[in-house]
Amino acid sequence: MHLILFLVFAGFCLAGAINLLLQSHPINSALSLVVVMTSLAVLYLMLGAEFLAAAQVIVYAGAIMVLFTFVVMLLNAGREERTLGSSAARVVGFPAVVVILSVLATVIVKTQGLGTAGLSQGITSTEDLSKVLFTELLLPFEVTSVLVLIAILGAVALARHGHGEQPLPVPANGERTAGK
Amino acid sequence: MTILQFFLWSLGKVAVVTVVMLMAVAYTVLLERKLVGRIQNRWGPSRVGPFGLLQPLVDGAKSFLKEDVVPGGVYKPLYLLAPILSLGCALISIAVVPFGEPNVGPAGMQHLFQISDVNIGLLVILGITSIGVYGIALAGWSSNNKYSLLGSLRSSAQLISYELALGLSLVGVVMRAGTFNLRLIVEQQAKQGIVTWNIFGGLQFVAFFIYLIAAYAETNRSPFDLVEAESELAGGYNVEYSSMKFAMFFMAEYANMIMVGCVATLMFLGGWTSPFGNLIDPPQNIFVHALLPIFWFVSKVFCFLFLYVWVRGTLPRFRYDQLMSFGWKYLMPLAMLNIVATSLWLAYR
Repeated sequence: MHLILFLVFAGFCLAGAINLLLQSHPINSALSLVVVMTSLAVLYLMLGAEFLAAAQVIVYAGAIMVLFTFVVMLLNAGREERTLGSSAARVVGFPAVVVILSVLATVIVKTQGLGTAGLSQGITSTEDLSKVLFTELLLPFEVTSVLVLIAILGAVALARHGHGEQPLPVPANGERTAGK
Repeated sequence: MTILQFFLWSLGKVAVVTVVMLMAVAYTVLLERKLVGRIQNRWGPSRVGPFGLLQPLVDGAKSFLKEDVVPGGVYKPLYLLAPILSLGCALISIAVVPFGEPNVGPAGMQHLFQISDVNIGLLVILGITSIGVYGIALAGWSSNNKYSLLGSLRSSAQLISYELALGLSLVGVVMRAGTFNLRLIVEQQAKQGIVTWNIFGGLQFVAFFIYLIAAYAETNRSPFDLVEAESELAGGYNVEYSSMKFAMFFMAEYANMIMVGCVATLMFLGGWTSPFGNLIDPPQNIFVHALLPIFWFVSKVFCFLFLYVWVRGTLPRFRYDQLMSFGWKYLMPLAMLNIVATSLWLAYR
Protein backbone atom coordinates (compact mmCIF):
# COMPACT_ATOMS: atom_id res chain seq x y z
CA MET A 1 0.00 0.00 0.00
CA HIS A 2 2.73 2.45 1.00
CA LEU A 3 4.80 1.43 -1.98
CA ILE A 4 1.91 2.04 -4.39
CA LEU A 5 1.26 5.47 -2.91
CA PHE A 6 4.96 6.26 -3.01
CA LEU A 7 5.21 5.32 -6.67
CA VAL A 8 2.12 7.34 -7.58
CA PHE A 9 3.20 10.51 -5.82
CA ALA A 10 6.85 10.22 -6.77
CA GLY A 11 5.55 9.94 -10.33
CA PHE A 12 3.44 13.10 -9.86
CA CYS A 13 6.47 14.84 -8.43
CA LEU A 14 8.72 13.95 -11.36
CA ALA A 15 6.03 14.68 -13.92
CA GLY A 16 5.42 18.09 -12.35
CA ALA A 17 9.12 18.88 -12.34
CA ILE A 18 9.55 17.90 -15.99
CA ASN A 19 6.39 19.79 -16.95
CA LEU A 20 7.77 22.85 -15.16
CA LEU A 21 10.77 22.85 -17.48
CA LEU A 22 8.85 22.11 -20.65
CA GLN A 23 5.98 24.60 -20.30
CA SER A 24 6.50 27.88 -22.08
CA HIS A 25 3.98 29.90 -20.08
CA PRO A 26 5.13 31.08 -16.63
CA ILE A 27 1.81 30.41 -14.93
CA ASN A 28 1.77 26.79 -16.10
CA SER A 29 5.29 26.37 -14.75
CA ALA A 30 4.26 27.89 -11.42
CA LEU A 31 1.30 25.51 -11.17
CA SER A 32 3.55 22.55 -11.98
CA LEU A 33 5.72 23.65 -9.09
CA VAL A 34 2.62 23.57 -6.88
CA VAL A 35 2.07 19.97 -7.96
CA VAL A 36 5.68 19.16 -7.07
CA MET A 37 5.35 20.78 -3.63
CA THR A 38 2.11 19.01 -2.83
CA SER A 39 3.40 15.59 -3.90
CA LEU A 40 6.50 16.19 -1.81
CA ALA A 41 4.21 16.82 1.15
CA VAL A 42 2.59 13.43 0.59
CA LEU A 43 6.02 11.80 0.43
CA TYR A 44 6.95 13.45 3.75
CA LEU A 45 3.72 12.15 5.23
CA MET A 46 4.56 8.61 4.15
CA LEU A 47 7.96 8.95 5.81
CA GLY A 48 6.12 9.73 9.05
CA ALA A 49 6.74 13.49 9.16
CA GLU A 50 3.18 14.71 9.43
CA PHE A 51 3.92 18.21 10.69
CA LEU A 52 6.48 18.74 7.95
CA ALA A 53 3.92 17.60 5.38
CA ALA A 54 1.32 20.07 6.65
CA ALA A 55 3.88 22.89 6.83
CA GLN A 56 4.99 22.08 3.28
CA VAL A 57 1.44 22.48 1.98
CA ILE A 58 0.61 25.58 4.05
CA VAL A 59 3.87 27.45 3.54
CA TYR A 60 5.14 26.40 0.13
CA ALA A 61 2.08 25.39 -1.85
CA GLY A 62 -0.30 27.75 -0.07
CA ALA A 63 1.69 30.92 0.55
CA ILE A 64 4.90 31.13 -1.45
CA MET A 65 3.52 29.71 -4.68
CA VAL A 66 0.44 31.93 -4.40
CA LEU A 67 2.82 34.89 -4.35
CA PHE A 68 4.58 33.48 -7.42
CA THR A 69 1.34 33.22 -9.37
CA PHE A 70 0.37 36.62 -8.00
CA VAL A 71 3.50 38.19 -9.49
CA VAL A 72 2.99 36.40 -12.79
CA MET A 73 -0.58 37.69 -12.89
CA LEU A 74 0.38 41.24 -11.90
CA LEU A 75 3.14 41.52 -14.47
CA ASN A 76 0.96 39.68 -16.96
CA ALA A 77 4.06 37.84 -18.11
CA GLY A 78 3.56 36.40 -21.54
CA ARG A 79 4.84 33.35 -23.27
CA GLU A 80 8.56 32.83 -23.06
CA GLU A 81 10.51 32.95 -26.27
CA ARG A 82 11.89 29.59 -27.14
CA THR A 83 15.44 29.57 -28.36
CA LEU A 84 17.28 26.58 -29.64
CA GLY A 85 19.87 26.99 -26.90
CA SER A 86 23.58 27.12 -27.35
CA SER A 87 25.23 23.98 -28.65
CA ALA A 88 27.79 24.12 -25.84
CA ALA A 89 25.01 23.76 -23.26
CA ARG A 90 23.73 20.68 -25.02
CA VAL A 91 27.15 19.09 -25.44
CA VAL A 92 28.37 19.78 -21.92
CA GLY A 93 25.08 20.11 -20.04
CA PHE A 94 23.60 16.62 -20.24
CA PRO A 95 26.83 14.76 -19.38
CA ALA A 96 27.41 17.22 -16.53
CA VAL A 97 23.94 16.51 -15.13
CA VAL A 98 24.60 12.77 -15.31
CA VAL A 99 27.95 13.17 -13.57
CA ILE A 100 26.57 15.33 -10.76
CA LEU A 101 23.62 13.03 -10.15
CA SER A 102 25.82 9.94 -10.04
CA VAL A 103 28.25 11.62 -7.62
CA LEU A 104 25.37 12.62 -5.35
CA ALA A 105 23.83 9.17 -5.52
CA THR A 106 27.14 7.48 -4.72
CA VAL A 107 27.72 9.75 -1.72
CA ILE A 108 24.23 9.14 -0.37
CA VAL A 109 24.47 5.39 -0.81
CA LYS A 110 27.97 5.12 0.65
CA THR A 111 27.47 7.40 3.67
CA GLN A 112 26.83 5.61 6.93
CA GLY A 113 24.56 6.82 9.69
CA LEU A 114 22.11 8.83 7.66
CA GLY A 115 19.26 7.55 9.79
CA THR A 116 16.86 4.77 9.07
CA ALA A 117 13.65 6.51 8.10
CA GLY A 118 11.60 4.33 5.81
CA LEU A 119 8.16 4.02 4.35
CA SER A 120 5.36 2.70 6.57
CA GLN A 121 7.21 3.38 9.79
CA GLY A 122 5.72 5.13 12.78
CA ILE A 123 4.76 8.76 12.81
CA THR A 124 6.85 11.45 14.46
CA SER A 125 4.30 13.45 16.38
CA THR A 126 4.35 17.24 16.43
CA GLU A 127 5.00 17.08 20.15
CA ASP A 128 8.25 15.12 19.72
CA LEU A 129 9.35 17.40 16.92
CA SER A 130 8.78 20.56 18.94
CA LYS A 131 10.54 19.08 21.97
CA VAL A 132 13.66 18.48 19.89
CA LEU A 133 13.37 21.88 18.21
CA PHE A 134 13.01 23.82 21.45
CA THR A 135 15.57 21.94 23.57
CA GLU A 136 18.44 20.31 21.68
CA LEU A 137 18.26 22.40 18.53
CA LEU A 138 17.13 25.67 20.09
CA LEU A 139 20.19 27.72 19.07
CA PRO A 140 20.26 26.75 15.37
CA PHE A 141 16.49 27.16 15.23
CA GLU A 142 16.56 30.68 16.64
CA VAL A 143 19.60 31.67 14.58
CA THR A 144 17.78 30.57 11.43
CA SER A 145 14.79 32.70 12.35
CA VAL A 146 17.06 35.71 12.92
CA LEU A 147 18.58 35.03 9.50
CA VAL A 148 15.14 35.11 7.91
CA LEU A 149 14.34 38.31 9.78
CA ILE A 150 17.52 39.92 8.45
CA ALA A 151 16.56 38.89 4.93
CA ILE A 152 13.13 40.52 5.37
CA LEU A 153 14.64 43.72 6.75
CA GLY A 154 17.12 43.77 3.87
CA ALA A 155 14.32 43.42 1.34
CA VAL A 156 12.39 46.27 2.98
CA ALA A 157 15.49 48.47 3.05
CA LEU A 158 16.16 47.79 -0.63
CA ALA A 159 12.54 48.39 -1.61
CA ARG A 160 12.20 51.70 0.24
CA HIS A 161 13.23 54.51 -2.04
CA GLY A 162 13.58 58.11 -1.04
CA HIS A 163 14.57 57.58 2.56
CA GLY A 164 18.25 56.89 2.05
CA GLU A 165 21.06 59.01 0.65
CA GLN A 166 19.36 59.63 -2.67
CA PRO A 167 15.98 61.24 -2.15
CA LEU A 168 13.52 60.89 -5.02
CA PRO A 169 12.80 64.07 -6.93
CA VAL A 170 9.54 65.53 -5.63
CA PRO A 171 6.97 65.87 -8.42
CA ALA A 172 6.28 69.45 -9.31
CA ASN A 173 2.49 69.13 -9.14
CA GLY A 174 2.57 68.00 -5.53
CA GLU A 175 1.55 64.44 -6.30
CA ARG A 176 2.07 62.05 -3.41
CA THR A 177 4.97 59.65 -3.80
CA ALA A 178 4.60 56.00 -3.07
CA GLY A 179 4.27 55.24 0.63
CA LYS A 180 3.38 58.89 1.34
CA MET B 1 -10.56 -4.42 9.44
CA THR B 2 -9.21 -5.40 6.05
CA ILE B 3 -8.30 -2.84 3.43
CA LEU B 4 -11.42 -3.62 1.42
CA GLN B 5 -13.70 -3.13 4.44
CA PHE B 6 -11.90 0.07 5.33
CA PHE B 7 -12.29 1.31 1.77
CA LEU B 8 -16.02 0.58 1.60
CA TRP B 9 -16.65 2.01 5.08
CA SER B 10 -14.79 5.22 4.20
CA LEU B 11 -16.54 5.47 0.85
CA GLY B 12 -19.92 5.20 2.55
CA LYS B 13 -19.06 7.93 5.03
CA VAL B 14 -17.70 10.17 2.26
CA ALA B 15 -20.89 9.73 0.23
CA VAL B 16 -23.16 10.57 3.18
CA VAL B 17 -21.12 13.57 4.29
CA THR B 18 -20.88 14.96 0.75
CA VAL B 19 -24.63 14.73 0.22
CA VAL B 20 -25.35 16.32 3.61
CA MET B 21 -22.81 19.06 2.94
CA LEU B 22 -24.28 19.89 -0.48
CA MET B 23 -27.79 20.01 0.95
CA ALA B 24 -26.50 22.24 3.75
CA VAL B 25 -24.94 24.54 1.17
CA ALA B 26 -28.19 24.74 -0.76
CA TYR B 27 -30.24 25.54 2.32
CA THR B 28 -27.70 28.03 3.65
CA VAL B 29 -28.34 30.01 0.48
CA LEU B 30 -32.07 29.88 1.24
CA LEU B 31 -31.43 30.86 4.86
CA GLU B 32 -29.45 33.84 3.72
CA ARG B 33 -32.09 34.97 1.23
CA LYS B 34 -34.88 34.58 3.75
CA LEU B 35 -33.03 36.36 6.56
CA VAL B 36 -31.73 39.21 4.44
CA GLY B 37 -35.25 39.54 3.14
CA ARG B 38 -36.65 39.86 6.66
CA ILE B 39 -33.91 42.35 7.62
CA GLN B 40 -34.95 44.46 4.63
CA ASN B 41 -38.63 44.09 5.51
CA ARG B 42 -39.64 41.81 2.63
CA TRP B 43 -40.41 38.11 2.45
CA GLY B 44 -37.54 36.59 0.51
CA PRO B 45 -38.28 33.52 -1.62
CA SER B 46 -41.80 32.33 -0.81
CA ARG B 47 -43.33 31.00 -4.05
CA VAL B 48 -41.71 27.59 -4.60
CA GLY B 49 -42.96 25.07 -2.08
CA PRO B 50 -44.03 25.87 1.48
CA PHE B 51 -42.08 28.92 2.79
CA GLY B 52 -39.99 28.75 -0.38
CA LEU B 53 -38.34 25.54 0.84
CA LEU B 54 -37.97 24.11 -2.66
CA GLN B 55 -36.21 27.24 -3.95
CA PRO B 56 -32.64 25.80 -3.71
CA LEU B 57 -33.60 22.78 -5.80
CA VAL B 58 -35.17 24.97 -8.48
CA ASP B 59 -32.11 27.23 -8.45
CA GLY B 60 -29.89 24.20 -8.90
CA ALA B 61 -31.97 22.95 -11.81
CA LYS B 62 -31.82 26.40 -13.38
CA SER B 63 -28.02 26.47 -13.12
CA PHE B 64 -27.77 23.06 -14.76
CA LEU B 65 -30.06 23.93 -17.63
CA LYS B 66 -28.64 27.37 -18.43
CA GLU B 67 -26.47 27.78 -21.51
CA ASP B 68 -22.81 27.37 -20.65
CA VAL B 69 -20.99 30.28 -22.28
CA VAL B 70 -17.22 30.05 -22.58
CA PRO B 71 -15.89 33.42 -23.81
CA GLY B 72 -13.48 33.38 -26.74
CA GLY B 73 -10.44 34.97 -25.10
CA VAL B 74 -10.11 32.75 -22.03
CA TYR B 75 -7.19 30.44 -21.34
CA LYS B 76 -9.22 27.29 -21.37
CA PRO B 77 -7.37 24.72 -19.22
CA LEU B 78 -7.14 27.04 -16.23
CA TYR B 79 -10.56 28.56 -16.89
CA LEU B 80 -12.07 25.08 -16.51
CA LEU B 81 -9.80 24.07 -13.64
CA ALA B 82 -10.55 27.08 -11.43
CA PRO B 83 -14.16 26.32 -10.37
CA ILE B 84 -13.29 22.66 -9.77
CA LEU B 85 -10.36 23.66 -7.58
CA SER B 86 -12.48 26.15 -5.68
CA LEU B 87 -15.35 23.79 -4.92
CA GLY B 88 -13.07 20.80 -4.39
CA CYS B 89 -11.00 22.53 -1.73
CA ALA B 90 -14.14 23.87 -0.07
CA LEU B 91 -15.66 20.38 0.20
CA ILE B 92 -12.57 18.29 1.01
CA SER B 93 -11.69 19.83 4.35
CA ILE B 94 -14.92 18.56 5.94
CA ALA B 95 -13.19 15.14 5.92
CA VAL B 96 -11.36 15.77 9.19
CA VAL B 97 -14.24 17.36 11.10
CA PRO B 98 -15.68 15.24 13.93
CA PHE B 99 -19.47 15.70 14.16
CA GLY B 100 -20.28 13.50 17.09
CA GLU B 101 -19.14 11.24 19.89
CA PRO B 102 -16.47 8.66 19.10
CA ASN B 103 -17.06 4.98 19.84
CA VAL B 104 -20.75 4.86 19.05
CA GLY B 105 -20.63 2.89 15.80
CA PRO B 106 -20.84 -0.90 15.50
CA ALA B 107 -17.81 -2.85 16.69
CA GLY B 108 -14.76 -2.42 14.49
CA MET B 109 -16.31 0.60 12.84
CA GLN B 110 -15.52 3.41 15.25
CA HIS B 111 -15.46 7.04 14.23
CA LEU B 112 -18.94 6.83 12.79
CA PHE B 113 -19.22 10.61 12.75
CA GLN B 114 -15.85 11.51 11.30
CA ILE B 115 -14.39 10.50 7.96
CA SER B 116 -10.81 10.39 9.21
CA ASP B 117 -9.30 11.07 12.60
CA VAL B 118 -5.86 12.53 11.92
CA ASN B 119 -3.32 13.95 14.36
CA ILE B 120 -2.90 17.16 12.40
CA GLY B 121 -6.58 17.78 11.65
CA LEU B 122 -6.39 21.53 12.18
CA LEU B 123 -3.33 21.88 9.95
CA VAL B 124 -5.05 19.85 7.24
CA ILE B 125 -7.95 22.30 7.25
CA LEU B 126 -5.63 25.31 7.12
CA GLY B 127 -3.59 23.73 4.33
CA ILE B 128 -6.58 22.93 2.16
CA THR B 129 -7.96 26.42 2.72
CA SER B 130 -4.69 27.92 1.58
CA ILE B 131 -4.77 25.82 -1.60
CA GLY B 132 -8.30 27.11 -2.27
CA VAL B 133 -6.87 30.56 -3.05
CA TYR B 134 -5.70 29.21 -6.41
CA GLY B 135 -9.27 28.67 -7.56
CA ILE B 136 -10.09 32.36 -7.27
CA ALA B 137 -6.70 33.60 -8.47
CA LEU B 138 -6.73 31.41 -11.57
CA ALA B 139 -10.37 32.19 -12.33
CA GLY B 140 -9.60 35.89 -12.50
CA TRP B 141 -6.45 35.52 -14.52
CA SER B 142 -7.65 32.96 -17.03
CA SER B 143 -10.86 34.89 -17.77
CA ASN B 144 -8.82 37.49 -19.67
CA ASN B 145 -10.96 40.29 -18.28
CA LYS B 146 -9.75 43.36 -16.38
CA TYR B 147 -12.51 43.27 -13.79
CA SER B 148 -11.98 39.58 -13.15
CA LEU B 149 -8.26 40.08 -12.77
CA LEU B 150 -8.73 42.99 -10.36
CA GLY B 151 -11.24 40.97 -8.36
CA SER B 152 -8.97 37.98 -8.09
CA LEU B 153 -5.92 40.08 -7.19
CA ARG B 154 -7.90 41.72 -4.43
CA SER B 155 -9.10 38.35 -3.26
CA SER B 156 -5.68 36.70 -3.22
CA ALA B 157 -4.14 39.60 -1.31
CA GLN B 158 -7.02 39.62 1.15
CA LEU B 159 -6.93 35.85 1.68
CA ILE B 160 -3.17 35.77 2.25
CA SER B 161 -3.32 38.69 4.68
CA TYR B 162 -6.18 37.40 6.77
CA GLU B 163 -5.00 33.80 6.72
CA LEU B 164 -2.18 34.90 9.03
CA ALA B 165 -4.49 36.47 11.59
CA LEU B 166 -6.79 33.47 11.33
CA GLY B 167 -3.99 30.99 11.90
CA LEU B 168 -2.51 32.99 14.77
CA SER B 169 -5.87 33.32 16.50
CA LEU B 170 -6.09 29.52 16.70
CA VAL B 171 -2.64 29.15 18.27
CA GLY B 172 -3.93 29.99 21.75
CA VAL B 173 -6.45 27.17 21.58
CA VAL B 174 -3.82 24.75 20.30
CA MET B 175 -1.47 25.74 23.13
CA ARG B 176 -4.21 25.13 25.68
CA ALA B 177 -5.08 21.72 24.23
CA GLY B 178 -1.51 20.72 23.38
CA THR B 179 -2.54 18.99 20.17
CA PHE B 180 -3.69 19.59 16.61
CA ASN B 181 -6.15 16.72 16.78
CA LEU B 182 -9.65 18.21 16.53
CA ARG B 183 -11.24 15.41 18.53
CA LEU B 184 -8.84 15.90 21.43
CA ILE B 185 -9.25 19.69 21.28
CA VAL B 186 -13.01 19.24 21.71
CA GLU B 187 -12.66 16.68 24.49
CA GLN B 188 -10.19 18.88 26.34
CA GLN B 189 -12.70 21.75 26.60
CA ALA B 190 -15.82 19.65 27.22
CA LYS B 191 -15.39 18.74 30.87
CA GLN B 192 -17.80 21.19 32.50
CA GLY B 193 -19.88 22.28 29.51
CA ILE B 194 -20.11 25.93 28.60
CA VAL B 195 -17.89 27.06 31.47
CA THR B 196 -14.82 25.28 30.13
CA TRP B 197 -15.35 26.03 26.47
CA ASN B 198 -12.32 27.71 25.03
CA ILE B 199 -14.17 30.94 24.42
CA PHE B 200 -15.02 31.34 28.15
CA GLY B 201 -13.03 29.02 30.38
CA GLY B 202 -10.02 29.01 28.10
CA LEU B 203 -9.98 32.82 28.16
CA GLN B 204 -9.84 32.85 24.37
CA PHE B 205 -12.62 35.33 23.68
CA VAL B 206 -10.17 37.80 22.09
CA ALA B 207 -8.96 34.98 19.87
CA PHE B 208 -12.57 34.14 19.06
CA PHE B 209 -13.31 37.65 17.85
CA ILE B 210 -10.10 37.77 15.83
CA TYR B 211 -11.10 34.45 14.31
CA LEU B 212 -14.60 35.73 13.60
CA ILE B 213 -13.37 38.83 11.76
CA ALA B 214 -10.65 36.96 9.87
CA ALA B 215 -13.15 34.27 8.93
CA TYR B 216 -15.46 36.84 7.34
CA ALA B 217 -12.51 38.08 5.30
CA GLU B 218 -11.39 34.54 4.44
CA THR B 219 -14.76 33.64 2.97
CA ASN B 220 -15.06 36.97 1.12
CA ARG B 221 -18.22 37.82 2.97
CA SER B 222 -19.64 41.19 3.84
CA PRO B 223 -18.26 43.53 5.25
CA PHE B 224 -15.11 42.27 3.50
CA ASP B 225 -16.68 41.28 0.18
CA LEU B 226 -14.53 43.63 -1.87
CA VAL B 227 -13.78 40.73 -4.13
CA GLU B 228 -17.22 40.96 -5.63
CA ALA B 229 -17.94 44.63 -5.04
CA GLU B 230 -20.56 45.09 -7.75
CA SER B 231 -20.31 48.86 -7.90
CA GLU B 232 -16.56 48.75 -8.56
CA LEU B 233 -15.86 45.47 -10.30
CA ALA B 234 -19.10 44.50 -12.03
CA GLY B 235 -19.05 41.23 -10.09
CA GLY B 236 -15.43 40.32 -9.49
CA TYR B 237 -13.47 37.20 -10.36
CA ASN B 238 -16.48 35.24 -11.60
CA VAL B 239 -17.76 37.75 -14.18
CA GLU B 240 -16.96 35.52 -17.14
CA TYR B 241 -18.47 32.37 -15.67
CA SER B 242 -21.99 31.24 -16.36
CA SER B 243 -24.36 28.39 -15.58
CA MET B 244 -22.92 25.51 -13.52
CA LYS B 245 -19.39 26.93 -13.38
CA PHE B 246 -20.71 30.06 -11.71
CA ALA B 247 -22.79 27.89 -9.42
CA MET B 248 -19.65 26.02 -8.39
CA PHE B 249 -18.00 29.24 -7.19
CA PHE B 250 -21.22 30.14 -5.44
CA MET B 251 -21.38 26.76 -3.72
CA ALA B 252 -17.71 27.00 -2.78
CA GLU B 253 -18.38 30.28 -0.98
CA TYR B 254 -21.18 28.78 1.08
CA ALA B 255 -19.29 25.55 1.72
CA ASN B 256 -16.43 27.66 3.03
CA MET B 257 -18.84 29.49 5.31
CA ILE B 258 -20.05 26.20 6.74
CA MET B 259 -16.49 24.98 7.10
CA VAL B 260 -15.45 28.13 8.97
CA GLY B 261 -18.47 27.66 11.22
CA CYS B 262 -17.44 24.05 11.89
CA VAL B 263 -13.90 25.12 12.84
CA ALA B 264 -15.21 27.85 15.15
CA THR B 265 -17.51 25.31 16.78
CA LEU B 266 -14.71 22.82 17.26
CA MET B 267 -12.09 25.27 18.43
CA PHE B 268 -14.06 27.66 20.60
CA LEU B 269 -17.58 26.39 21.25
CA GLY B 270 -17.06 22.87 22.49
CA GLY B 271 -17.75 20.96 19.28
CA TRP B 272 -20.42 18.31 19.61
CA THR B 273 -20.62 18.43 23.41
CA SER B 274 -23.62 19.82 25.22
CA PRO B 275 -23.33 23.23 26.91
CA PHE B 276 -24.62 21.72 30.18
CA GLY B 277 -21.65 19.42 30.67
CA ASN B 278 -22.22 16.91 33.42
CA LEU B 279 -25.32 18.63 34.83
CA ILE B 280 -27.50 16.40 32.68
CA ASP B 281 -26.82 12.68 32.59
CA PRO B 282 -26.06 11.23 29.16
CA PRO B 283 -29.22 9.70 27.65
CA GLN B 284 -29.60 5.93 27.94
CA ASN B 285 -31.21 5.31 24.57
CA ILE B 286 -28.45 4.44 22.09
CA PHE B 287 -29.94 6.46 19.24
CA VAL B 288 -30.49 9.57 21.34
CA HIS B 289 -26.98 9.12 22.69
CA ALA B 290 -25.62 9.06 19.15
CA LEU B 291 -27.78 11.80 17.68
CA LEU B 292 -27.88 14.39 20.48
CA PRO B 293 -24.23 15.44 19.88
CA ILE B 294 -25.07 15.94 16.19
CA PHE B 295 -27.91 18.22 17.26
CA TRP B 296 -25.56 20.36 19.37
CA PHE B 297 -22.98 20.52 16.62
CA VAL B 298 -25.49 21.52 13.97
CA SER B 299 -27.12 24.14 16.19
CA LYS B 300 -23.76 25.75 16.95
CA VAL B 301 -22.85 25.89 13.27
CA PHE B 302 -26.33 27.24 12.53
CA CYS B 303 -25.86 30.08 15.03
CA PHE B 304 -22.60 30.92 13.35
CA LEU B 305 -24.24 31.02 9.91
CA PHE B 306 -27.08 33.12 11.30
CA LEU B 307 -24.52 35.62 12.57
CA TYR B 308 -22.89 35.67 9.13
CA VAL B 309 -26.14 36.63 7.45
CA TRP B 310 -27.01 39.12 10.15
CA VAL B 311 -23.67 40.89 9.71
CA ARG B 312 -24.14 40.89 5.96
CA GLY B 313 -27.54 42.50 6.31
CA THR B 314 -26.26 45.12 8.73
CA LEU B 315 -22.76 46.35 7.99
CA PRO B 316 -21.60 48.32 4.94
CA ARG B 317 -18.54 47.34 2.95
CA PHE B 318 -15.03 48.38 3.97
CA ARG B 319 -12.75 50.33 1.68
CA TYR B 320 -9.87 48.29 0.33
CA ASP B 321 -7.06 50.19 2.05
CA GLN B 322 -9.03 50.09 5.31
CA LEU B 323 -9.32 46.33 4.92
CA MET B 324 -5.58 45.87 4.42
CA SER B 325 -4.44 48.22 7.17
CA PHE B 326 -6.98 46.74 9.59
CA GLY B 327 -5.71 43.23 8.90
CA TRP B 328 -2.03 44.01 9.18
CA LYS B 329 -1.93 46.83 11.73
CA TYR B 330 -4.58 45.77 14.23
CA LEU B 331 -5.70 42.18 13.78
CA MET B 332 -2.27 40.56 13.44
CA PRO B 333 -0.59 42.35 16.37
CA LEU B 334 -3.65 41.64 18.49
CA ALA B 335 -3.46 37.95 17.62
CA MET B 336 0.24 37.91 18.55
CA LEU B 337 -0.49 39.65 21.85
CA ASN B 338 -3.12 37.04 22.51
CA ILE B 339 -0.54 34.30 21.95
CA VAL B 340 1.90 35.95 24.33
CA ALA B 341 -0.78 36.47 26.98
CA THR B 342 -2.02 32.90 26.66
CA SER B 343 1.45 31.43 26.96
CA LEU B 344 2.20 33.58 30.01
CA TRP B 345 -1.06 32.41 31.60
CA LEU B 346 -0.31 28.77 30.80
CA ALA B 347 3.22 29.11 32.20
CA TYR B 348 1.93 30.79 35.38
CA ARG B 349 -0.79 28.23 36.03
